[in-house]
Amino acid sequence: MIRFDNVSKVYPKQTRPALRDVSLEVEKGEFVFLVGSSGSGKSTFLRLILREERASHGQVHVLGKDLARLSNWKVPQMRRQLGTVFQDFRLLPNKTVGENVAFAQEVIGKSRGEIRKSVPQVLDLVGLGGKDDRMPGELSGGEQQRVAIARAFVNRPKLLIADEPTGNLDPQTSVGIMKLLDRINRTGTTVLMATHDQNIVDQMRKRVIELETGRLVRDQARGVYGYQH
Amino acid sequence: MRAQFVLSEIGVGLRRNLTMTFAVIVSVALSLALFGGSLLMSDQVNTMKGYWYDKVNVSIFLCNKSDAESDPNCAKGAVTTEQKKQIESDLGKMSVVENVQHESADAAYKHYKEQFGDSPLASSLTPDQMQESFRVKLKDPEKYQVIATAFDGRDGVQSVQDQKGILDNLFGLLNGMNWAARAVMAMMLVVALMLIVNTVRVSAFSRRRETGIMRLVGASGFYIQAPFIMEAAVAGLIGGGVACGFLLVARYFIIDHGLALSEKLNLINFIGWDAVLAKLPLILATSLVMPALAAFFALRKYLKV
Repeated sequence: MIRFDNVSKVYPKQTRPALRDVSLEVEKGEFVFLVGSSGSGKSTFLRLILREERASHGQVHVLGKDLARLSNWKVPQMRRQLGTVFQDFRLLPNKTVGENVAFAQEVIGKSRGEIRKSVPQVLDLVGLGGKDDRMPGELSGGEQQRVAIARAFVNRPKLLIADEPTGNLDPQTSVGIMKLLDRINRTGTTVLMATHDQNIVDQMRKRVIELETGRLVRDQARGVYGYQH
Repeated sequence: MRAQFVLSEIGVGLRRNLTMTFAVIVSVALSLALFGGSLLMSDQVNTMKGYWYDKVNVSIFLCNKSDAESDPNCAKGAVTTEQKKQIESDLGKMSVVENVQHESADAAYKHYKEQFGDSPLASSLTPDQMQESFRVKLKDPEKYQVIATAFDGRDGVQSVQDQKGILDNLFGLLNGMNWAARAVMAMMLVVALMLIVNTVRVSAFSRRRETGIMRLVGASGFYIQAPFIMEAAVAGLIGGGVACGFLLVARYFIIDHGLALSEKLNLINFIGWDAVLAKLPLILATSLVMPALAAFFALRKYLKV
């Protein structure tokens, strides 16, 4: 699903690499936490997978494709097979919940009939059934993140990338979001989640990848957040 | 891609930058009106040049029967075959002459009809009122005097005319105006393009949230850019429509009414409505394509896809 082979990333005009010689593989259907302090390279790691950046050295394979060889115009095709969720939800404030979810389908040219069928379905899945017509501003943070997850999942991606999805939420709401992500994982979708939330990582007991100043320092099956090495 | 979705995005974009959109429309309208005006001015010059203007330098008009009665130069009667042969062979011997063409009265009538076909003057003419002539092309157009001294006043010759001398002052003026119009057009065009680039930049910035999300969910580059490009194209097309209106109104007021030049200068053959109408598709196409291209290149810089 994801494979990094000796990947390094140096941003222009910076001497210190954001990632140094990272190699790892994530299999289909896995649930993986990506942990590390700020500036450890988590965001760069995710940006490489989304092909927002290209690796300076080494190879990044996502969904079986070498991203270095993927031409620019094929990148959107690749991204359609990924779902993305962010800390700040990234919803369109002037569109309703239903329209926000439908947006992900409209931009890839799904028919109106398909959209009308799948939007309520996915909103039910995330526990927001019947809230199609609400505006994002009327919802709580947890509910907004559920909308974002619904949007990420509506096209049934093979891989879901979540960048600190619980970063803005209280612990109880976070648990709800994690249950939802776990459920999505059980449908066969690979989930890669960057997080700072120690409780969540400790509770879930999933694979943990830890980055420190751009180096992969830990890759542990069924790990916890604060593992000391 | 769903048309309704794209159209609503364009509408939102145009209204969001209403002042900027208005500026784009005005500058596109002005630059294209000048562009069309300059094209029409060239048309006007070509219409006035007639058949021989660009082909010869000197015309030797020969006396016909009616000249023999009215023109003192032709007091000895219409030109004879003998005289014609003499003139032609003399021209052939002159070193400054590049070539000579003989225009019969019938051919002159034909060319006249082509040029002034629809004017009231032309309809009253008959072929035998037309003059035969020798049309002479010189190796050096400045040597007009050589021909004039050789043939002026000769029997059978009504007059020798330096073809360019008559019209050159007028054409010089028209050409000058034409170049001035083009210079202003070029500057307006630059203004229009810069406005479009800036509008697109503002538009892309104010919608970076939407475009960012579009990118995340895998919208193609074209899909993300299309609303911006169409926005510019729609604004440009409105400007092009206004420019077309300008040209039609300008012809109406300058030639037919208002200034009414066609009544005051009735010897000049003015361009018709067909000439104006023929320019409109080009102007509309330019107004559509040029802003779209400008937007496309601006997006490459300001909108990451």
